[in-house]
Amino acid sequence: MAKFTKKKDGDLPAVSTASLPDIVFMLLFFFMTVTTMKDSSLMVENTLPNATEVKKLEKKDRVIYIYVGKPTQEYQKVFGSEPKIQLNDKFANVDEVGTFILAERAKKPQELQNVLTTALKVDKNANMGLITDIKQELRKVNALKVNYTTYEGDAFNNLQ
Amino acid sequence: MRRTRENPEVHAGSMADIAFLLLIFFLVTTTIETDKGLDRKLPQEDNQTSIVVNERNVFRISLNKYDQLLVEEKIMSTDQLKDQVIAFLDNGGEVGTDGTYCDYCKGSRNPELSDNPKEAIIVLNSDRNASYGMYVNIQDQLAAAYNTLRNREAQRLYGQDFDQMEDRYYAPESNASEKNILKERVETIRSLFPMNISEAELNVQSQNQNL
Repeated sequence: MAKFTKKKDGDLPAVSTASLPDIVFMLLFFFMTVTTMKDSSLMVENTLPNATEVKKLEKKDRVIYIYVGKPTQEYQKVFGSEPKIQLNDKFANVDEVGTFILAERAKKPQELQNVLTTALKVDKNANMGLITDIKQELRKVNALKVNYTTYEGDAFNNLQ
Repeated sequence: MRRTRENPEVHAGSMADIAFLLLIFFLVTTTIETDKGLDRKLPQEDNQTSIVVNERNVFRISLNKYDQLLVEEKIMSTDQLKDQVIAFLDNGGEVGTDGTYCDYCKGSRNPELSDNPKEAIIVLNSDRNASYGMYVNIQDQLAAAYNTLRNREAQRLYGQDFDQMEDRYYAPESNASEKNILKERVETIRSLFPMNISEAELNVQSQNQNL
């Protein structure tokens, strides 16, 4: 059996790190609950507008996301600075929205195909023309439930 | 071999490292995303039937490319919009066959404004160059106007706010019998103030040609 040498008197006692795991776990659980998994990296600027009368989106598996906004710095050289549509991981034109929705819908289980919502995550500086075109495309493929995704906050901040 | 008397203690020193590793993994792979928004339902595509609507039942809002708002032929700032919409919807100017007004409307019975909330239609036109932020702002104001009126009626009839009722109705933990009662109530309130927002088709088409 090893013999422990006695500590010299006058040494500062070490800070106990026994509770460190607990603290870190607490942080971990906090992040696990408030964040969601990233499923596609954003290639467009996406500062969502604010609104007050918001409703929570229902279950995540029933939602199809469409991102709209200016391409981010690294893509601006190639794609210009006009607002673009991002579907999954690539830029798309308006006429591709319909096929995208149909393809995404086909991937979902049968019982969910009729209850899908399209979440429009649109930068607040995007122009309405593009949104109107997207909405027309959505109507063509009968994806009528839309959700204008926003942050919760005073809508008058949108104008700044 | 001699058995140790005490159970060997699990070494907890590396627990912090493991937890940090997990923490960093979650920090990297997740984002704080919003899952809130304004729900709207688009009209069916083949719905081209034209209906004749009395002009007083139509509330016209236009948004131009400088993000200015034109409401019923007058320029207006967005913060007044909610009150205007409430005044329009809640007007209740129609005289029924038995000589009574819409009994739950508290408006001014102005002959220029809507007959009845059930017939009132809000027409929202936006220019192609208007900003989306402004558009959401307007949609939000409209929703706020409807919610104010619906809350008022829900308070009067059931002593409860409409949005609370709706939250309870959609909450997964509410039981079936409660849901049945709520369903009926929510539908009653919705039918008192149905949300009729039209984003004029005609304008969209004529503008598409300019592309």
